[in-house]
Amino acid sequence: MSDPNASVSAAAPETVETETYRGSSLPPEASTEKPRSLWSDAWRELRSSKIFILSAILIFFFLIMTFFPNLLTFGKDPYTCDLKLSRQGPSSTAWFGYDNNGCDVYTRTIYGAKASILVGVFATAFAMLVGGFVGVIAGFFGGWVDSILSRVTDIFFGIPLLLGGILVLSSFPSTDNANLYSEVGKVVLALGILGWTSMTRIMRSSVIQVRNADFVIAARALGATSGRIIRKHVVPNSLAPLIVVATISLGGYIGAEATLSFLGLGLQPPVISWGTMINDAQPYIRVAPFMLFFPAIFLSVAVLSFIMLGDAVREALDPKLR
Amino acid sequence: MSEHLLDVDDLYVEFRTRDGVAEAINGVSYTLDAGETLAVLGESGSGKSVTAQTIMGILDMPPGFITGGRILYNGKDLLTMPESERQKIRGAEIAMIFQDSLSALNPVFTVGDQIAEMFQVHRGMSKKEGMAKAVDLMEQVRIPGAKERVKDYPHQFSGGMRQRIMIAMAISLDPKVLIADEPTTALDVTVQAQIMDLLQDLQRERNMGMILITHDLGVVAGVADKIAVMYAGRIVESANVWDLYAKPAHPYTQGLLDSMPRVDSKGEELYAIKGLPPSLLALPPGCNFNPRCPHRRDKCVHEVPPTEEVAEDHTAACFFWKEVARG
Repeated sequence: MSDPNASVSAAAPETVETETYRGSSLPPEASTEKPRSLWSDAWRELRSSKIFILSAILIFFFLIMTFFPNLLTFGKDPYTCDLKLSRQGPSSTAWFGYDNNGCDVYTRTIYGAKASILVGVFATAFAMLVGGFVGVIAGFFGGWVDSILSRVTDIFFGIPLLLGGILVLSSFPSTDNANLYSEVGKVVLALGILGWTSMTRIMRSSVIQVRNADFVIAARALGATSGRIIRKHVVPNSLAPLIVVATISLGGYIGAEATLSFLGLGLQPPVISWGTMINDAQPYIRVAPFMLFFPAIFLSVAVLSFIMLGDAVREALDPKLR
Repeated sequence: MSEHLLDVDDLYVEFRTRDGVAEAINGVSYTLDAGETLAVLGESGSGKSVTAQTIMGILDMPPGFITGGRILYNGKDLLTMPESERQKIRGAEIAMIFQDSLSALNPVFTVGDQIAEMFQVHRGMSKKEGMAKAVDLMEQVRIPGAKERVKDYPHQFSGGMRQRIMIAMAISLDPKVLIADEPTTALDVTVQAQIMDLLQDLQRERNMGMILITHDLGVVAGVADKIAVMYAGRIVESANVWDLYAKPAHPYTQGLLDSMPRVDSKGEELYAIKGLPPSLLALPPGCNFNPRCPHRRDKCVHEVPPTEEVAEDHTAACFFWKEVARG
């Protein structure tokens, strides 16, 4: 990676080298500097980015909500509801108020993070793996392989995410014994199947750029096989744009999940998610707006933090933006 | 015919592009023996790099097409052998050094990783053994502090040091043939000399055959045993270094030599060959050099000059080489 500081420090010792390279012991130039790879450079850049720190803190909180929700709810159970308290507004005992069934909105909002974050992470991972793989193959081999894979990608790309999601999810209605993981899995599949195409396009174009780089030709000239070239030379050098897009689209998937759940197609009760909570709240928006407000805020902040993280990562990985 | 280490025999390569067929190589032949240095000299687009890429089997196909000829390595034709066999030769028997060492090294791995990879791929060594070999090789190419520097990334090295790493990678498996494609073009003059010294020393130690591709006549004079001058995809003249410099028999070679700046020509205007290299899409009929040739006759426009023997081991493709050689 072209780092202006590095090239200056590397150019300077040239004169030293011309005189002493025959000498036996010379302290290595730049020995005080730690080896710097693309990723360690990016990490350095990230740590000094305010946007990254802010989004990282927010995401850290969302992760705590996902894995240790009871830490934040003081042991309250989201399924313990008291109908007497139905639609009572925020108070010191229930910060976010109670919903229609008398459940604590705060507790449910915290517990709702799990489904949303899981859907986001797994849908992104799914899209990244499938899309990345197809993109690498299409970009690296080119020719008819590329033509076929690109046309298949185009077909999937033509299906709007939401329309496709509705189609897939309504064809597989939830059974009565639905649990969190089967529900999440279904939504992940619906979003992943439709979402991998943009990852493919990104990866394909980035692989095409790297494919003709001198170091790939050099590796081939020095006897590396195609498989090895892909693993060692092409993928590590073309991954950066994919990571950026994946981070940003993670937020998008969380939003899409909420939309599907709101429409009653995504996650189904008893699974709690921000989308289902917004759906529950919608009929009572005039009498109990807090029921809608709090899960919606959490949803927006979660989506925003992932988009901000993606932005920060993009800036760190692309030296041209510095 | 005695067997050579490498024998390029009447090679034809063309590129089929949207604008037409570019005839990049039109009947190139040369031979290389162990311990010998052949310099291939020519302007950009003369086909010297394409020949090397064809030998290595890294030509982009398509658009490139090999339309004729053979490349014999130890008597076996590289062009017709199965890919699996060729893969074993590539890197291990015939290796290549590239011009721009920064872009020819993978920026996301340390140089040690990349040298060690050669041993892991071809010799099945472990990472640790490979790294030990990498340090060893970096010392052989005279990189100071090799032990510490194996863990550095390519961009942390200066241009000269990077080219040494490229060389270390290329010689790692003791190849019999080393192709150096303009190895010093991207470097400044003092470093150029060091790299050429290094290449020459390594070649002597290992008795490698070396093909040195360059457009720098100064680089050639010091290291080459014989020279092939290429123009528009043909070898227009080939001879050993002394004969070529002393008695050039092709007007193009003569023009090249005359356009070299000399210490004693200070203050005089530098000679330049008139005109531009021809487009490979539309080569001039007859002798390709005829539009720029000071010795041109009618015959040159209509007939392709055959390669004629000027002296022992000295050939030129010019109808009037006698006239040219007399100067």
